[in-house]
Amino acid sequence: MPPLKPTQTVQLFVTCMVDAVRPEIGEATVAVLEAQGVKVEFPAAQTCCGQPAYNAGYRSEARAVAAHFLNVFDATSGPVVTPSGSCAAMVHHGFADLFGDDPVQLRRAQAVAARTRELSQFLVHDLKVTNVGASFNGRITYHPSCHQLRGLGEGTAPLALLEQVAGSELVPLAGAEECCGFGGLFSVKLPQVSGEMVARKTANIDATGAAVCVTCDAGCLMNIAGRLQREQKAVRCVHLAEVLAGSVPA
Amino acid sequence: MTLTTRIELALHNPHLQRALDANYTRSQEKRNISMGALPDSALVRDRARAIRLEALRNLDQYLVQLETQVTACGGVVHWAASAQDASAIVARIAKAARSRLVAKSKSMVSEEIHLNKRLQADGFEVVETDLGEYILQLRGDVPSHIVAPAIHLTRADVAETFEQQLGLPAGVTPAQLATDIPLLTSMARTALRKVFIEAGVGVSGVNFAVAETGALCLVSNEGNGRLVTSLPRVHIALMGIERVVPTMADLEVMLRVLSRSATGQNITCYTSVVCGPRRAQEPDGPTELHLVLVDNGRAAMLGGELAEALLCIRCGACLNVCPVYREIGGHAYGSVYPGPIGALVTPALGGMREFGELAQASSLCGACQEVCPVRIDIPTMLIKTRTLHLAATGGAPVWNAGLKMWSWAMRAPWMYQLGLRMAAWGAALLATAGPLRLPGPLAGWTDHREFPGIASTSFRARWAARQRSQNAKASAAASARIDGSSSSAGCGARGNAGAPAAQPASGQRAAAFCGGAHSARAAGARPAANAARV
Repeated sequence: MPPLKPTQTVQLFVTCMVDAVRPEIGEATVAVLEAQGVKVEFPAAQTCCGQPAYNAGYRSEARAVAAHFLNVFDATSGPVVTPSGSCAAMVHHGFADLFGDDPVQLRRAQAVAARTRELSQFLVHDLKVTNVGASFNGRITYHPSCHQLRGLGEGTAPLALLEQVAGSELVPLAGAEECCGFGGLFSVKLPQVSGEMVARKTANIDATGAAVCVTCDAGCLMNIAGRLQREQKAVRCVHLAEVLAGSVPA
Repeated sequence: MTLTTRIELALHNPHLQRALDANYTRSQEKRNISMGALPDSALVRDRARAIRLEALRNLDQYLVQLETQVTACGGVVHWAASAQDASAIVARIAKAARSRLVAKSKSMVSEEIHLNKRLQADGFEVVETDLGEYILQLRGDVPSHIVAPAIHLTRADVAETFEQQLGLPAGVTPAQLATDIPLLTSMARTALRKVFIEAGVGVSGVNFAVAETGALCLVSNEGNGRLVTSLPRVHIALMGIERVVPTMADLEVMLRVLSRSATGQNITCYTSVVCGPRRAQEPDGPTELHLVLVDNGRAAMLGGELAEALLCIRCGACLNVCPVYREIGGHAYGSVYPGPIGALVTPALGGMREFGELAQASSLCGACQEVCPVRIDIPTMLIKTRTLHLAATGGAPVWNAGLKMWSWAMRAPWMYQLGLRMAAWGAALLATAGPLRLPGPLAGWTDHREFPGIASTSFRARWAARQRSQNAKASAAASARIDGSSSSAGCGARGNAGAPAAQPASGQRAAAFCGGAHSARAAGARPAANAARV
């Protein structure tokens, strides 16, 4: 992706999951962006990118929601920044598939996709910052979400940011690139398999001795955090934005 | 048996779990090393994909060219529209060859058309000569992997089977046999040599057929492929119609990616290229060569939504990296072709109604696409398969209704907000009885992990409060400039369940717009679940 022009105003796509389940990630995202002198706007009519239905094969339902997303963000200008690799990948790839037979919508989708960045991408590739002045006292490990890593092809930006967090030690996670088992509705449609997958992930996370496991997707976060909590482990799963904003929940 | 039952069986089989874990780690290491050592492997894979695309785009021409060339080499080409046709053709040829014994090398197409059943029903004795397939045949088992068919078995399983079926060699205890791999392989070798020599018919698969020359290429590591195609009087080669490549130069590219992706080998021990039967001046080889081109649903796939799956060269790399295959193994799929590619090919060939459900066995993590030597976009194809399966079956009413409602709500911000509020209330209500357990089709979530609940104050509500606060401050500042008075606007009380929240530790919640007090979590609406919450 070519870097976006430096800009003073970005459009925040907070994602439905952050909005509903962990709004603190949205607040942290705003704090990180504002600390870089970026003005954040939040288009109030935004809802979801349509991915849950798209992945489940409910194409027309997904198309309707994706069209709403396009209506909302096509009316704005400047970068669209989202604290989710998965939702960004949906805008980049899912929309092209959904609107492949509709040239008008496809053009709009491509225009919005060209402006859409996952948070770490925007910081590192567009703003060219890796040190946002964050500090964290303790050991950190990183779980790359599948859609961040393979969907967006973004394996380095989050690590570049984490390496600059003062006071912390970034340790590698065994099997980091293995899926945590979230997979949207997969987690409730094949819960036994998803459960085994997340148990492997939390065992690997626990073995690092890290205080926090950082990820760039609220889906993985909810899955991993929920499992760590069930296992009563001390290590917590947090979002990259929370670490960068210095707002890791106590 | 349903998919869920087969999955449960696999998950509760520790023996299988160990075998699958070992395969997962070992196969990926080997593949990554050999693929990593291939100069410009990304370009080679691009080229391999381009070759396969070209073959499929002009499949009709290449198949006719292949037929012409195979015939010119002295072979006979048979076209089989269905699995039944294909089995019948093989049975007819075998009958004419007047040999009761049929030696087979590994062929997934023969599994697909259930050839052994048909031949056995016709009175033939069919012996699998690939070691893995031979073990399975002795056990009455079926393959669980397209390249390593007996991957679900351990050395001890094999020893037990050989002891029962072939007899314990003199002077060897069962415990010794279970640890002596050379002895186990020599037992198979002794039994199979006889078959190679006595069989009048050899049945093989085809890894690639070359349209340009009529050459049939087979790769193997045990040499059984070469014996099956050269010792018996009649050689019958089975291939899916999609496995053609235009030229010998193309074959070379395909071989470079096939063995690396399949077994992590730069090249397999045996690469056989067969052009027709024995020629007059040649001392050995079969007197007849028959190539059976099996359609069995493939032509119908062409031009359809799952056509890309026809690029597959059956290397099995997607099985080896799939986190779902790693948990459930091949048998849980209940199909000849398991794993990510199996979840595409099986419904496409065997029926969307019956097998479309297999596409659910994926978290869409994309590991399969990453290793696929011909870069099939398996995740997107799995999504398409889910759509086709919904169309074929009508879908489950609970999900249909849920996603329809969801889709409506997500298009209307007011409905979305109402939904958020209802979800927050619902979650809080469910949590009053103790740790939150999700109901109905969502119950699987809390069977394996906690659910964090729905924030009582959404991000958008916090954002709106912040905007109001900022506006109020701005207007207060403006009026202060006018009359010297001041006002303040906060957001502390909004959206709370009533209880005041503890102030966050200094510096910890810098990002929270309103001190983090808006969440029902912080406000103590769910005391039972609070203590352990993330």
